[in-house]
Amino acid sequence: MEFAIKASGFSAIFFVFAIFFFVFSTASEFIFEKMDFVEFLTSPEWYPTSLSNKRYGTLALLAGTVSVTGLAMLIAVPLGLGSALFISEFTSGVVKEGLKITIELLAAIPSVVWGFIGLAVMNPLIIEVFDAPIGLNVLNGGIILGLMSVPIMTTIAEDALKAVPDSYREASLALGATRWQTAHKVLFPAARSGLLAAVLLGVGRAIGETMAVLMATGHAVQIPGSPLDSVRTLTATIAAELGETAAGSDHYQALFAVGVLLFLLTFGVNLAADLIVRGRSAR
Amino acid sequence: MNASPFATSARTATNRRVESVGKTVLAGVTALLILPLTAILGLLVIRGAPALSMEFLLEAPTAGMTAGGVFPAIVGTLWLVGVSLAVSAPVGIMAGIYLNEYAKANWLTRMVNLAIVNLAGVPSIVHALFGVGVFVLFLGLGTSILSASLTLAIMTLPVIIASTKEALAAVPMAFREACWTLGATRWQTIRHVVLPNSISGILTGVILQVSRAAGETAPIMFTGAAFYLPFLPQSVQDQCMALSMHLFTVSTQVPNVPEAIPYATALVLLSVVLLVNMFAIAFRTYLRRNRKW
Amino acid sequence: MVSASPMIEVENLSVNYAGKPALDQLTLDVRRNEILAVIGPANSGKTTLLNCINRMIETIPSASVSGTVKVDGHNVAEYRDPSLLRRRIGMVFPLPVGLPMTVYENVTFAPRMAGEKDRTVLDETVQRCLKQSALWDEVKDRLDDLGTRLSGGQQQRLTIARALSLNPEILCLDEFSIAVDPVTTMKIEEVLKELNENMTIVVVTNLVLQAKRLAHRTALLLRGKLVEVGDNEVIFSRQTADARTFQYVQGLFG
Ligand SMILES: Nc1ncnc2c1ncn2[C@@H]1O[C@H](COP(=O)(O)OP(=O)(O)O)[C@@H](O)[C@H]1O
Ligand SMILES: [Mg+2]
Repeated sequence: MEFAIKASGFSAIFFVFAIFFFVFSTASEFIFEKMDFVEFLTSPEWYPTSLSNKRYGTLALLAGTVSVTGLAMLIAVPLGLGSALFISEFTSGVVKEGLKITIELLAAIPSVVWGFIGLAVMNPLIIEVFDAPIGLNVLNGGIILGLMSVPIMTTIAEDALKAVPDSYREASLALGATRWQTAHKVLFPAARSGLLAAVLLGVGRAIGETMAVLMATGHAVQIPGSPLDSVRTLTATIAAELGETAAGSDHYQALFAVGVLLFLLTFGVNLAADLIVRGRSAR
Repeated sequence: MNASPFATSARTATNRRVESVGKTVLAGVTALLILPLTAILGLLVIRGAPALSMEFLLEAPTAGMTAGGVFPAIVGTLWLVGVSLAVSAPVGIMAGIYLNEYAKANWLTRMVNLAIVNLAGVPSIVHALFGVGVFVLFLGLGTSILSASLTLAIMTLPVIIASTKEALAAVPMAFREACWTLGATRWQTIRHVVLPNSISGILTGVILQVSRAAGETAPIMFTGAAFYLPFLPQSVQDQCMALSMHLFTVSTQVPNVPEAIPYATALVLLSVVLLVNMFAIAFRTYLRRNRKW
Repeated sequence: MVSASPMIEVENLSVNYAGKPALDQLTLDVRRNEILAVIGPANSGKTTLLNCINRMIETIPSASVSGTVKVDGHNVAEYRDPSLLRRRIGMVFPLPVGLPMTVYENVTFAPRMAGEKDRTVLDETVQRCLKQSALWDEVKDRLDDLGTRLSGGQQQRLTIARALSLNPEILCLDEFSIAVDPVTTMKIEEVLKELNENMTIVVVTNLVLQAKRLAHRTALLLRGKLVEVGDNEVIFSRQTADARTFQYVQGLFG
């Protein structure tokens, strides 16, 4: 048994590195040998299936990811931090437990269900309200993704607020500050790094989300000019095209390169969150 | 300054008003959060109800998926969840035990923990790339339940490791030290004291991954889940349908599907996921009440 | 029983925690069947010394050890499996730790881990140890209660019962009265005197009077160094070899 435990420990470690290695090696052949690295990052032209003029530029896809994620954060940050503050400071007992459980259940809704909501509910709604030709766009994806990103932010932000010692609250209240003043003069500064980490983890989650944005943002590879434009994100591109590529082809490898880009983006964001949290606990 | 009592009370009154407004706003924000959950559930129930019936759960799709039920998708989801957890739960739990109880605090362990944290943050579609590249093509497993389950297993593995470590770390160090001084070996200590007092926390973590594996679509799309299969899978080498995949299919890939079918499919999927989650939460609450220390 | 060689021989023992010295070239013997008290201000290395005797020091990653400790003539470093060493030495920590299992299971834990399965032997062990630790009367009807649900003083005596379950030749106690009321403390002291008939006992204590009441000999540690060790008649008199001993014992320490 002891041996099995150690073996499993090492096999898990092996898998972790295998993923990094495999995805990177498949992609690197493409990035470094077959195409122009600069073009890959800066060209908005992504025409992997064109017969005469194949192009593998990810700028438009990146713009899709950034625009949808950005809008999502506009929604998720106030909702996430606000509800965390409410749950942590203004509720107690059963209400608090109930709210936390609800948030947990919200986090469990599968992304394909969110995507379906975007498609079946938000799409006609947006067409009607904005008189738009199509409701699958940045706005739709942003709202859906925003709602999806809230639970993780709420949970982590609530943890960060909970970690502020009660003596801070008592001192502030004893000085005659209201709970509201205590929250934004004492708690927010004290929990700043934890709250920032909560936001960053939400961003990381949003960047990597696939099915919901695949179904809710339309399929137009373009740099969006308005929230009502359709876009295609990095994740949606892989999901939409992986099934149609031949193994080992340029297109196949290009998708792995997109995967690496995605990986690096989320890795960077998660690492930043990790370092912030660790910086806090080190102090 | 000779502040009059009036000035003070006026300020207090303002403060109180700010507080109550602020509190209301926050309550509204929180309500805005709960709204989607109830709204989505309500909508799925109302619009899916016309299609929902015992037959819907127990029949295969018919007429080019524009009629019939979701039975093969339910069966397929069970296969995928079962096989993937059969791999990731034991490996993940043992890896968690290794990292928390045996691994020395050196740079290698730190690297591994960092890698696990980051693997947990890897987008599911990147796992799909890995699954296609390694399981489907490189290892030659083809698009099959095995490939899809292994991909799901790799995706759930870091989370199971993390929740196992957390459950183990909640057992006070003093218990381990007491056992060691009594001459218990490291393994005896784990087996007789650490595990019995953390196994339920560990299991809760695993149950939560059951619901996650059941809900995921991207990692199984290209590795083993099919749009439609006229037969039920007989072994892990077959492909299968899956609830999540089926929802994607009937809502985006098939024309002329009656509205109620995707709604009912979404309702079935969501119910499965939420029920499993609620079970895990109830289990956890029960355990917290019955802690032995 | 009477043998000339000491039960525990500590020789040139030095311990660092991440480079910070905690014990410095300590040399000290514990004689057979004596009660040795180890006194000294906080952080003088008393706990570290006990941890070296049963090799618990190995479980602290930052600790590095040099020098030798012999138990019953054998270098403790030569035990392949530290469990075998630890089964010969009962150890009681400052804060009582009831394991999260029943009282019965707590007391029989060590024998069961050592392979004892015979129910009558285990039953006897429970009775003997709980009586030896003066806890039997209080818990004889609660053997199936969780050990963690006993009061602090009871848990401390449970810890002692547990430490006695393998009939160790040596019993070490680290500031056992810290979390215990005075009545329980006196009870435990009586117990230790009885046990001493066939057991070597090392008592680390922050209470000078406890050392005086209980021990045959007393050792004073100061910042990881041994100041003096000697018979209680000497240590608690004006004729101490080192002036600091007299000052410390008189509570004149600055
Ligand atoms: N686990 C540890 N890690 C780092 N330093 C320690 C540890 N345990 C003890 N020390 C240090 O070693 C010195 C001696 O400690 P200890 O043996 O506990 O003394 P005492 O029991 O006499 O109070 C102290 O300076 C203490 O801070
Ligand atoms: Mg100490």
